[in-house]
Amino acid sequence: MSNSILEGTNAAGESTADDTVATPAGSEPATTVMSMQQALNRALDEVLADNPKAVIFGEDCGRLGGVFRITDGLQAKHGAQRVFDTPLAESGILGMSVGLAMAGFHPIPEVQFDGFAYPAINQIVCQIARMNYRSRGTLPMPVTLRVPSFGGIRAPEHHGESLEALFAHVPGLKVVSPSNPHEAYHLLKYAATRPDPVIFMEPKSRYWQKGEVDTARHDAGGGSPTGAKVMREGRHLTLVAWGAMVARCLQVAELAAEDGIDIEVLDLRWLKPIDAEALAASVRRTRRAVVVHEAPLTSGLGAEVAQLITQSCFDTLRAPVERVTGFDVPYPSGDLEDEYIPNIDRILFGIQRVLEYKRG
Amino acid sequence: MDTLLPVASGSAAGPLTADELRELYSLMVAVRHLDTSAIAWQRQGIIPGYAPELGQEAAQVGSGYAVDTTRDFVFPTYREMGVARTMGVDMVAYMSTHKATWHGGLYNPLESRLAPIQAVVAGSVLHAVGWAHGQTLDGKDGVALTYFGDGASSQGDVHEAMNFAAVMKAPVVFFVQNNGWAISVPTERQVAGGSVAARAAGYGMPALKIDGDDVAAVLEATRRAFAHARSGNGPVLIEAMTYRRGPHSTSDDPGRYRSLDEERDGAGTDPIERLRQRLQADGIADETFFAGALAAAKAEEEQIRTGIQALGSRPGTEMFDLVFQETTPALQAQAANWREESEHV
Repeated sequence: MSNSILEGTNAAGESTADDTVATPAGSEPATTVMSMQQALNRALDEVLADNPKAVIFGEDCGRLGGVFRITDGLQAKHGAQRVFDTPLAESGILGMSVGLAMAGFHPIPEVQFDGFAYPAINQIVCQIARMNYRSRGTLPMPVTLRVPSFGGIRAPEHHGESLEALFAHVPGLKVVSPSNPHEAYHLLKYAATRPDPVIFMEPKSRYWQKGEVDTARHDAGGGSPTGAKVMREGRHLTLVAWGAMVARCLQVAELAAEDGIDIEVLDLRWLKPIDAEALAASVRRTRRAVVVHEAPLTSGLGAEVAQLITQSCFDTLRAPVERVTGFDVPYPSGDLEDEYIPNIDRILFGIQRVLEYKRG
Repeated sequence: MDTLLPVASGSAAGPLTADELRELYSLMVAVRHLDTSAIAWQRQGIIPGYAPELGQEAAQVGSGYAVDTTRDFVFPTYREMGVARTMGVDMVAYMSTHKATWHGGLYNPLESRLAPIQAVVAGSVLHAVGWAHGQTLDGKDGVALTYFGDGASSQGDVHEAMNFAAVMKAPVVFFVQNNGWAISVPTERQVAGGSVAARAAGYGMPALKIDGDDVAAVLEATRRAFAHARSGNGPVLIEAMTYRRGPHSTSDDPGRYRSLDEERDGAGTDPIERLRQRLQADGIADETFFAGALAAAKAEEEQIRTGIQALGSRPGTEMFDLVFQETTPALQAQAANWREESEHV
């Protein structure tokens, strides 16, 4: 493989091609084009309408509609008892979620930014994640915690964190991240009807990207809403990603295709539980894999993905699973953000390392 | 009773009847006997550990007695055995947490109206606020009663809980058992300003600082607080001043941080002895009654001990089965591996 596949990117490593959002593989023409913000808003609107015990709350979720406007108009439509502002304290928000769930509600709290989940970590890890277990199944915690996540918007410190490995490591939590408006709509509707706690990581850099949303059905092929999803089929290598990195991997796949390299892009969607079968099925065919995430490298979720692939595909793998990730550094300021988040060049180099790997 | 802020008195705030006082005495004796027996169980190897509440019987029985289990809900720490007993919780199921059978205890929290035993200091105080706000949203009149200590009052979650409850006017009764000690640290090195109750004023919340060793005072204060919260007036804070007469737990050695003289001075008169003297002075109980209460307590303890000793380990499959309502393939695979490689099934 030559470096020629790196052509087609600009100096910043961003694609010069359109920043397109993929439609679900094999779906019919979508019914509506909307942004992820609109898709999430619509999903929450429908969840509130469907379940009288669903309540949305957090900092600025009510009258303002959230700093990202995800809950825009919901208080006006469903009332201040269903959608309400809380004092500015994350532990309080998550702690009261436990009590509301015990009282039979389905809390859908919002932590305004990823980095502010840390002040609530005791309530998330020691309480929400364990109450079903501690109470021997008598006090389920149907808490859908929405967390605007990941980087890419030139935000202040603590506004660009990727906490998926931390949450995925906690027994009792499930973790999911949508990659486009269609996924956002369906995964949120699914997550917000589960009886278990789900950390819903919204890729904030993708909030305003539009895409086709087929509200009638999630996966055209009838796939499980708990599974991973092939967003682009390919024969030579599987790129595994989630959240905002899926769109970037699809760009990479387009560029690689110009050099005859046929990349498959697997949107993991669920970061816990991980769809190990889908990983195995994809990599058995492509025999090569690169996992891409924004979070730091060491003990990142890429390590778990690489192990699952190695376990299931050791005999067919042509190269060790490669990881293209953020670095083991605190998330940097906006000026250095593009140096930190895996860009197209770095993903292409990762692909190149795998394709050029020689045994022995 | 030192009322820092007035609490509207409700219809439930009448004087206690002779029957109530006698029942309170019987409960305190039952709790005292089970509590001291549990220390013995630990020494005999029946249970691996225990957190005694010796000296806090009046605070626990008096407050727990005010709970209406048809509509209220209680959020304990790990030291509210007396509350659980007063509420009528299955005590074998409750004490199973100290047998190391299951962390939260084996009792059903929904049926008992008692949240699972909570080992995080101040961990469940916010839960009470959420549950109470749920009552408001549902248009119901239940009150959440949450317990914590002088040590827990240092935790940030207690501030968040009081502020949230006061802002939302949630029907919560914050019940502080100020027992003088957070393991080895005395209240004066724990609570700035010397009083948790004084902090309530900052939240615009009524507070009652009471003699926590006077069971009648505790019950009357708790009833007033419940009436206030139940009427939609928002939360109330009660600080019951009491004394932890025993160690923090069966692993603790108070001799390292307080002398026996200090212990005697701090403890004051035994709360059970105080009630006994009152019952005698009022002529509503005699030696026969006291002897009967002790005999009943002993019989009850024996029954609970027999139940605890008969309690086997939970099946290991519960480790996996009770994590989620909807399990995951990874958990199923781990459970299958465990079954295959374990000799215990």
